[in-house]
Amino acid sequence: MAREIPTALAINEALAIAMASDPDVILMGEDVAGGGRREAEGTEEAGGIMGITRGLMTRFGPQRVLDTPISEMGLLGTAVGAALTGMRPVAELMFIDFLGVCLDPLLNQAAKLRYMFGGKACVPLTVRTVTGAGMQSAAQHSQSLYWITAGIPGLKTVIPSNAYDAKGLLLAAIRDDDPVIFCEPKGILFDSSDVPEEDYVIPIGKAAIAREGKDVTLVGMGATVKMALQAADKLAADGIDAEVLDLRSLAPLDEAAILASLEKTGRLVVVDEATPRCGIASDVAALCVDRGFDFLDAPVKRVTAPHTPVPFSSLLESAYMPSADKIVAAVRKLG
Amino acid sequence: MGCVKRLRTAPFVGWALFSAAGSVNNPGMKLTKEQLLVNYRKMRMIRSFEEKLNELVNSGRLGGFLHLSIGQEAVAAGVCAHLSERDYVSTTHRGHGHCIAKGVRVKGMMAELFGRSTGLCKGKGGSMHIADMDQGMLGANGIVGAGIPLATGAALTCKLKKTGGVAVAFFGDGASNQGQFHEALNMASNWKLPALYVVENNGWGEFTPTEFVVPVRDIAVRADSYAMRSAIADGNDFFDVYEKAGEAIAAARAGEGPTLLECKTYRYMGHYVGDPLAYRPPGEVDRWKNEHDALTGFESRVKADGVIEDMELRRIDEEVVEELSAAVADAENDPVPAVEALYEDVYAKE
Ligand SMILES: Cc1ncc(C[n+]2csc(CCOP(=O)(O)OP(=O)(O)O)c2C)c(N)n1
Repeated sequence: MAREIPTALAINEALAIAMASDPDVILMGEDVAGGGRREAEGTEEAGGIMGITRGLMTRFGPQRVLDTPISEMGLLGTAVGAALTGMRPVAELMFIDFLGVCLDPLLNQAAKLRYMFGGKACVPLTVRTVTGAGMQSAAQHSQSLYWITAGIPGLKTVIPSNAYDAKGLLLAAIRDDDPVIFCEPKGILFDSSDVPEEDYVIPIGKAAIAREGKDVTLVGMGATVKMALQAADKLAADGIDAEVLDLRSLAPLDEAAILASLEKTGRLVVVDEATPRCGIASDVAALCVDRGFDFLDAPVKRVTAPHTPVPFSSLLESAYMPSADKIVAAVRKLG
Repeated sequence: MGCVKRLRTAPFVGWALFSAAGSVNNPGMKLTKEQLLVNYRKMRMIRSFEEKLNELVNSGRLGGFLHLSIGQEAVAAGVCAHLSERDYVSTTHRGHGHCIAKGVRVKGMMAELFGRSTGLCKGKGGSMHIADMDQGMLGANGIVGAGIPLATGAALTCKLKKTGGVAVAFFGDGASNQGQFHEALNMASNWKLPALYVVENNGWGEFTPTEFVVPVRDIAVRADSYAMRSAIADGNDFFDVYEKAGEAIAAARAGEGPTLLECKTYRYMGHYVGDPLAYRPPGEVDRWKNEHDALTGFESRVKADGVIEDMELRRIDEEVVEELSAAVADAENDPVPAVEALYEDVYAKE
């Protein structure tokens, strides 16, 4: 049965299902139990900075829900080692910005072990991490660095745009035999949608059409899907029928879905919360030019953050982020 | 085997350690009356500044992700009392107090917290990145542990340029679990840098009690691995911090290398403003507030010593409140940054 729940709760549910169905699934991270409930002292478990893992330590015990010190290098490195030897760890990296202090276990270990060991190693690791701006958290807690992990061969990177997808994608990520980075965009964490109570997976590597249309394709990921849908509504008022494609998976990228939509509409705008250089938006644009050139009736447009750090001031932060209005303006420019 | 002896045997004990050891022997008398008043003002300013922030956020007048150091004022004041403009300080997400103690003006800080173009960082940094290079304040930091090597680098500069300056890194017990802490301390000790590492052990890292994630009771023992001097101070006792930081900084200036100074203290407020605090045993905070508050303790000491009268302290309290009200009023009326500011200061030349 489906009911409307926020993305944060859908993620909690996916974790609970994964842990109940496979004893090898463990959670590791800072404050994931938050010291845990200590009934004698009248305290409750915190369940991480966003409260997402609340209740799991009470249900599955401290052997499977491990509070780590603030040692991300140790956390991810240990998770890779445990994954390599038979566990299926889900590590929480509080914000993707903290990749700065723990990239090696992902970049040089998790991503490469299978390949370097001639296919004999398996690293079924999931890293959950919060991405994106919009909460006035400034330059070191607001980045959308998934382009880094998406650019590393051997890693997979997924990013849901709603609660339903979050649950299914996370279950797929945990059960995947490769290391998967699961992004939790701030902009959708507390948005609700219909989520079935049952166990289900959404295949990694498959985009979804969030709205059908014939005049222009708006490609979004994570929180920008919502913006693209709002833009599509505004464009509809002008008689422009936009299709919205939700990438869901950044690596692997569903190239076929992007090209199929472009073939249908002939116009494409890609919307990404991240900075513009070397990123997903550029990748999608390159794909369109490289393999969809014959379908194009107009240049491909990218709506992204500028090539700057994320500013603190709320006014500058809004100017920094993509928005429905910026998407509408980009579409109008296509002529 | 110092380390084995100091393995954790009991949960967080905080100041109990000190009253038992009786380590405070009236060093307050080494300070002149004027110095005492200056330091009282700093501590009062830190507390009132942050109480004001708490009020502003809770009433919806201020946004952002704020971490308050209320309860920990004596550490900032006691250490910074030994510093001047040629010295450097790096701090953390919980850094307002260190800024104020280092001499950063609250007007510029308040404007920054309001995201105004008149702020110390032109509204682009906010609470977690507040900095004042003119005062040797190398910034708050959003990355736990990241300020530690920054201060180490500043100490290297002081040494190479022979400025006579020292660099102080303030950080929490949680940060001492980061690789950056261990790597930087090893380098600093090996190079005998003029640095001081001040770990404020407030018993908590976010929502997790320190003893749940660290097998030693005293973070100070970690200095042993790097053949570094260490000391433990009662972080809620200004005089104890003042004395121990003074010794460490004098040693650093004399070329004797760095010290790891652990200050046992307590975070009165939640991890961030808005934190519901359900994870903390009720009563824990009240014990600290009622039995070992930094400001109350300072006040009774100086009054008992007969150096300062109640009236003088109350006058400071009033002045602080006035200065803060003015800072808030100014900040609220100051201009917001122009949108072009978004693109500025990414590189030296645009
Ligand atoms: C590298 C990194 N990991 C995690 C965080 C999230 N975080 C912010 S403050 C904090 C707790 C820090 O504890 P401690 O160092 O003891 O300082 P305190 O907050 O107690 O002052 C955590 C985990 C972060 N900002 N940076």
